[in-house]
Amino acid sequence: MGWLPDPVERLLDVALVGELTVVGRNGRPITHPLIPLYHDGLVYLHSSTLFSKKLEHIKRDPRVALAITDPVATKGNPDRATIQGRARLIEDDPHTDWERVILGLWRRKEPLIDDFLKVRVALPLFFERAVIEITPERCLYWADGLTDRAPTETRAPRPVVAA
Amino acid sequence: MTATTRSGSVPAHAPNTADFERLATYPHVVVSWIDDAGFPVSVATSFEADASAGTILLAPPAGMPIPTDREVGVLGSHIHPTKGGYDERRYLQAWGRFDGTKTLVPHRFWGWDETEVPFFEYSERSVPQSRRYLAALSVEKGRTIRPRLAPFWLALRTTRLPFLSATAVPVLLGIAVAASHGAFSWWTALLTVIGASFAHLAINVTNDIFDTLSGADEANTTPTQFSGGSRVAIYDLVGIGGLTRLALALFAAAGLVGLLLVAVTGSLILLWIGMAGIAVGVAYTAPPLKLVYRGLGELAVALGFGPIMLLGAYVVQTGQLAWEPAVLSVVPGILVALILFVNEIPDRRSDAEAGKRTLPVRFAPGAVRAGYLVAALVAFAVIAAGVGGGILPWPTLIALAAVPLAFKIHAGLKVHYDSPYTLMAVMGANVNLNLVVGALLLLAYLAALFLAPLA
Repeated sequence: MGWLPDPVERLLDVALVGELTVVGRNGRPITHPLIPLYHDGLVYLHSSTLFSKKLEHIKRDPRVALAITDPVATKGNPDRATIQGRARLIEDDPHTDWERVILGLWRRKEPLIDDFLKVRVALPLFFERAVIEITPERCLYWADGLTDRAPTETRAPRPVVAA
Repeated sequence: MTATTRSGSVPAHAPNTADFERLATYPHVVVSWIDDAGFPVSVATSFEADASAGTILLAPPAGMPIPTDREVGVLGSHIHPTKGGYDERRYLQAWGRFDGTKTLVPHRFWGWDETEVPFFEYSERSVPQSRRYLAALSVEKGRTIRPRLAPFWLALRTTRLPFLSATAVPVLLGIAVAASHGAFSWWTALLTVIGASFAHLAINVTNDIFDTLSGADEANTTPTQFSGGSRVAIYDLVGIGGLTRLALALFAAAGLVGLLLVAVTGSLILLWIGMAGIAVGVAYTAPPLKLVYRGLGELAVALGFGPIMLLGAYVVQTGQLAWEPAVLSVVPGILVALILFVNEIPDRRSDAEAGKRTLPVRFAPGAVRAGYLVAALVAFAVIAAGVGGGILPWPTLIALAAVPLAFKIHAGLKVHYDSPYTLMAVMGANVNLNLVVGALLLLAYLAALFLAPLA
């Protein structure tokens, strides 16, 4: 079970896109729009090996932030949140691990993915994927998305040991 | 946006006016930096992009001072939700320094807009990144990690199995003409189809090997289901060694079937036709001739899928050559050559880069389109002339019903010539033209077979 505030969990449940920021080379923040998934207090993102620079950055530094900011992508929910945490990559077998870990969650949020999976032969590398599992450590929440007001800050109830 | 590279969407580049104008189209931006604890932190805010000043004016978020002593990222991102998914993906990221009040001066931009670089092209440009990542992962895990496909799909992709329809048409026509001449053996007919199919698949794989080695397939970042090769070696699904073994096995299978048919028919003509077929198929891409690299690919394909396949199938059944199958073979020869001709259109830039001087590389779009129409009409004219000259049976005139399809494809070439992905529908229609004409000709020969006793 997670500790994230209910409104943030609701955002994670509906958001089609969130912005994942990783620590790039030379300490530069690099942000990637990705579809966020949420289950049992953990945030899951995933990336094809085609677009895997973000994975290389995470291997170097697992500290990440995920922002949910776009009401168009959250079915009109205007709230906004940023979740900081540490990421672990699930990439032992990029061909099948992601199906086991996140396909069900992905399918629920983006049913069209099944149409793409049916033509996997046409997109073989797109379906070689790694899962980014984020253990949240700190959450900033803006009701109604008003970032001209200070966010409500929540922290993980106990220290989180990096995987 | 700006020039694209093969290793990603749009490379990071110094700001230009267009970047600011594009950023201004996003309703908000996400500002990010690395906090004192070493974590990235990000917050949405409103903004103004000022192209003339080269600045981004940010509404400072409350309680979260944007640092001035480190790099700050600003991202605009957009999707359009659809039923079951989303489209219209685009994003644009800038990096720069914040002045502590509201101004950020970016020094780099980077992004992707799928209306400018379609997703499939973006993916193709990113293939080297996938290879690098999997190579590093293999080292990290101490075992080889490669992309995979289920065996059936891998076989289908590697051999480009669906293109066998191009073989089916001339071989079945050759058998049909022979049958109309009173010669038909079902099991040698079946062996002919199998042998010709092995030869076609072997040539497909050989073509992939040499296009991979020459760099032509690697340079192609807009492949389609009809063009750009199987890409199994580019994707590292199969190595060049595996492809070579497969090609040799397929050639051996084709050779064995061919020799069996030569033994059964006792026809030396068949032996020469089979050897010519293999020679033309290999010379198509293999050095030293590399016919397709010299603009002679269409001629090689016309010979292979015309006289060689059709006459070969005819000779298997009858043991001799004749004018009727020779004349008829011109039709699938031209139409299959036109499949190659049209499929080379989206590849022309990468082909030129790799020194593959195909006809669409050599000629202007107008000449290519005109060439298509003339060649297609010649194919139909051969049918009409063949009937007029008493060489082909009159029911074959039914194939002229496909003439409007050739005009439709010609019109499609005009509209979609420069767009590989929208050209796919035209390429598909062009494949169908050969199938439709082939099916109508087969129907005509079946009709001739049944009508003959009544005459």
